[in-house]
Amino acid sequence: MNGTPRHPERTVLRLARPYLNRLVGAGLLAAGTEFAGLALMATATWLLMSAAGRPPLDRLTVAIVAVRALAISRGVLRYTERLAGHDAVLRLITDVRARVFATLAARPAPRQRAGDALSRLVSDVEAVQDLLLRVLVPAAAAVLVSAVAVGGAALVSPAAAGALAVGLLVAGVALPALATALTRRAGAELAPLRGALATDAVDLTHGAADLAAFGATGYALHAARERAGRLARLERRLAATGFAVDAAGVLLSGLTAGAVVLTALAAGVDGVLVGVLAVGTLAAVEIALALVGAARQWTGLRTGLARVAALLAETPAAPAGGGAGVEPGPHAVRFEEVTVRYRDGAAPALDGFSLDLPPGRRVAVVGPSGAGKSTLAAVLTGTVRPQGGRVTLDGRELSAYRGEELPRAVGGLLAEAYVFHASVRENLLLGRPGAGDDELAAATAAAGLLDWVRAQPAGWETVVGEEGGQLSGGQRQRLALARALLAAPGVLVLDEPTEGLDPAAADAVLRSTLAATPAGHSVLLISHRLLGLTELDEILVLDAGRITQRGRHADLVEAPGWYRDQWLLQEAAERGYLALAP
Amino acid sequence: MNRRPFDPRLLRRVPAARRDLAVLALLGVLAAGLVVAQATTLAALLATGFEGRVDRPALAGFVATVAARALLIWAQGTVSARVAATVKATLRTELLGAVGRHGPGWVAGQRAGQLATLTGRGLDALDAYFTGYLPQLVLSVTVPLAVLARIFLADWSSALIIAVTLPLIPIFGALLGWQAQAATERQWRRLSRLGGHFLDMVAGLPTLRAFGRARAQTEVVRRMADGHRVATMKTLRIAFLSALVLELVATLSVALVAVPVGVRLLGGGLALQTALLVLLLTPEAYLPLRAAGARFHASMEGLAALDEALTLSARAPEPPRREGAAAVPDGRGEIRFESVTVEYERTTALRDVSLTIRPGERIAVIGPSGAGKSTLLGLLLGFVTPTVGRVTVGGVDLADADLDAWRRQLAWVPQRAHLFAASVADNIRLGAPGTPDAALAPAVRDAALDEVVAGLPDGLATVLGERGHGLSSGQRQRVALARAFLRDAPVVLLDEPTARLDTASETVVLAATRRLVTGRTALLVAHRPALLADADRILRVEHGRVTELTPAPVGEAAR
Repeated sequence: MNGTPRHPERTVLRLARPYLNRLVGAGLLAAGTEFAGLALMATATWLLMSAAGRPPLDRLTVAIVAVRALAISRGVLRYTERLAGHDAVLRLITDVRARVFATLAARPAPRQRAGDALSRLVSDVEAVQDLLLRVLVPAAAAVLVSAVAVGGAALVSPAAAGALAVGLLVAGVALPALATALTRRAGAELAPLRGALATDAVDLTHGAADLAAFGATGYALHAARERAGRLARLERRLAATGFAVDAAGVLLSGLTAGAVVLTALAAGVDGVLVGVLAVGTLAAVEIALALVGAARQWTGLRTGLARVAALLAETPAAPAGGGAGVEPGPHAVRFEEVTVRYRDGAAPALDGFSLDLPPGRRVAVVGPSGAGKSTLAAVLTGTVRPQGGRVTLDGRELSAYRGEELPRAVGGLLAEAYVFHASVRENLLLGRPGAGDDELAAATAAAGLLDWVRAQPAGWETVVGEEGGQLSGGQRQRLALARALLAAPGVLVLDEPTEGLDPAAADAVLRSTLAATPAGHSVLLISHRLLGLTELDEILVLDAGRITQRGRHADLVEAPGWYRDQWLLQEAAERGYLALAP
Repeated sequence: MNRRPFDPRLLRRVPAARRDLAVLALLGVLAAGLVVAQATTLAALLATGFEGRVDRPALAGFVATVAARALLIWAQGTVSARVAATVKATLRTELLGAVGRHGPGWVAGQRAGQLATLTGRGLDALDAYFTGYLPQLVLSVTVPLAVLARIFLADWSSALIIAVTLPLIPIFGALLGWQAQAATERQWRRLSRLGGHFLDMVAGLPTLRAFGRARAQTEVVRRMADGHRVATMKTLRIAFLSALVLELVATLSVALVAVPVGVRLLGGGLALQTALLVLLLTPEAYLPLRAAGARFHASMEGLAALDEALTLSARAPEPPRREGAAAVPDGRGEIRFESVTVEYERTTALRDVSLTIRPGERIAVIGPSGAGKSTLLGLLLGFVTPTVGRVTVGGVDLADADLDAWRRQLAWVPQRAHLFAASVADNIRLGAPGTPDAALAPAVRDAALDEVVAGLPDGLATVLGERGHGLSSGQRQRVALARAFLRDAPVVLLDEPTARLDTASETVVLAATRRLVTGRTALLVAHRPALLADADRILRVEHGRVTELTPAPVGEAAR
């Protein structure tokens, strides 16, 4: 992370470069619209007041035509301006959304919370949209038209133009600055409460069952209600000061008009032109007051913009910049004295771990939790880099391969596999895009989920709930396993593949999984269930990051040690269960 | 479907906002008077200015009306913001309350991300509706009437033209607005889906990475965003077009009024001051209607959110379980399932299950995943209601029972416990928030959580991230166990309590579980055989049917 860029607006503008022509066009159209409105009121007043002097009609013809033209062009200009502006900005937003996701995707490990990410894409990205549409374009138009108005007034009376300029400066600079300060203070007070309320919403929805079972729903609700009430009180208080600026704006437009009339009359300006100046002033100040709204918007957007800019400033790691590609099919993996420490001074999660995993070899890693089993999987899949030793794939270090390519060689079912809110098919295709129904069926059958899929009315198109919520724990696990089998990397990592399944199902699934693994593909199976490991080529017992025992099941079960103790314990308990089955 | 600009349910559901809404209407009337007053004084000022002199009373009057308008703008803003704040707070409370009231089953069907969007950003869209649209809606009634009355007094023929053309604005607005309304509604749904989709994608990023699909998925996000753009532009083209038509209608109407006024002025049939008054006031008659129309589009998002919130929080009134004082089941009584069948949308989870659990019995439930084991616990927790049959505790039907009082006698360890964005201690004392830290120690020890706590930076006071971020799944499960230990309830429900623990810590937890179930009624869903050793009876659930694996005690054999 490069930290927060000091001028998030610049980042946005850099991104907007491809659409700059459209944006400048929209700004000019906006200025044109505002100017047409101002000119319309001024001309109409001139027309009417001149008519009072009963001139011949032909002296008014030009003004009459001008009024008609201005009236119609104002509407048309506004329409084209809005369409052009929105089109440009929405195109930019599509870029931003994709880039934000790409940046998150390129990060080694996402540390942010899900709720934050949601607000990041949906609202922070819209901050970019609002910055351009509601701040930059209208502000540019207001400044442009104000300058033209002062220039026009100066042609009639420099003194009146001076009064107008003062009014416009207050409306366009002082009031927006005040509004910015007030909005900033309000935002600083509101943000933490809003965030806390969002967390409350997540806890009350996702934790609904836990809260209900422990009778804590009332308590949590009370806390959330309290917070919602505090937020409401704060919002009310802030509104009172915030709207004072709007009131000042109205007052200012009246005072400026009054001052312009007085100075113009004092300077002996013709009565008709005094009227034109007065009406024009009211219109001009109102246009300048748009800057107050823009300033408010801008202040409210800054935090979101800064977050987006910080994200976008992280250049996603070059996807293709060097690194070797990976061929599908068998691969050889070697761990050489691999040591991993998550924090300085902490006990190593892996401590001088060595293992040879040639093509076709099937190895199980067992051991108590915290022994380093999942770290081993993380090192093998490249998500954790060892501090000592090296891991090679076909003789080259893992880091020499492109990050995107590595999963084709090494991967599978990792801890906390995620099931997406999508159809069963879409979830499976993540493993192998473009797989046909036969391939899906084979992998799903091996994971023992095919019967369930066939029983669903929608079959492969059955949509599984958020985080796979419509599935039972076992079904979720089977779906994730089927996805891993479909991916069929040369080195298949299976981190607790039968977690959440009962013993009979666990045995069946493990057997069919190993059978479904193509010949020549190697397997690294992580498990704390020791039964069903008889067919594996080697079993490693890991404890505190070190290998304490290794060998085939038949040997290990004969030798005294952790493996034998655990195996006896598990087998006894399980045989008891099996004997009970009718 | 046609939605009204003001949802009358609001008055009923948010009574606290009624008074402020009335004040808002009153301010609208005052504002209309001031619009007329300002134009009148300005016309007088300019008419005398035409003759080259300053009409001091008119100038003073003009400045005074402007000052009064400023004050009014402030009051309108403040009051409408008050309404917005009140309504949002009430709806947020109601939405979250509905989640609590309807129970976990209801939420599981709803997309939780969608609910979160609604309670946060979705409802904040109401600000635009209340502070922008609603005051304008009031003005669109009061200002045209006041302007018409004033112009009628000054020049009745102009008033007549305005009265005829004014209805064109709402007519055209309605004709064009319906289209935009439907389109905006579609867009809102799309936006919530996009929000949910992205949350899903980010949450699943580690999995996407593991399959080398993270970057490829960027294309999917781009596609969704692009779909959003195309849909939005379609809406906007119609919405902006309607604004254009309305503007042209208003402009032409003003011209219809202005032309005769100008002709009569030229002919000397009209005073300049009257002509100026008509010129200044006529646009004001059309402006509020158009402004309300324009802001209506902008505030539709808020209205859509309002509708969604009101509908969601009101749907399915609480089941009528209140006949006098609801019965309180005694957790020390017998639990009976009487011919219970549970049907979900897609499947039948349990079929005709009859079962008796005696006080103090420890019952293990085994069976393949998805067989209905969790449903069995859900029935006892009151999360699931039988489609047919009933569940009684100490003779009290759970359908009529005071569920809160019943759940107080339950301790539950689910398969995936939800941990809250709070301290570890607060997560443990979920059921008893008042428990002092010191009293947590035994539960922490019993759940084999003490070593975990010792490794945390602030011990028990360590604050977890959203959904328990910062703990591994095994550690989270121990927190859930500690919750149950602290509960000290007569009935214990455990759904795979050791599913996430390895054998070594399982031994520790099992020992503690044994202590926990002693002297209590326990229902234990188990895949791990280690849990079966201590069970008095073992039930097998398969295809929704329950069979007894141990010989039934004498009394039950007769049934």
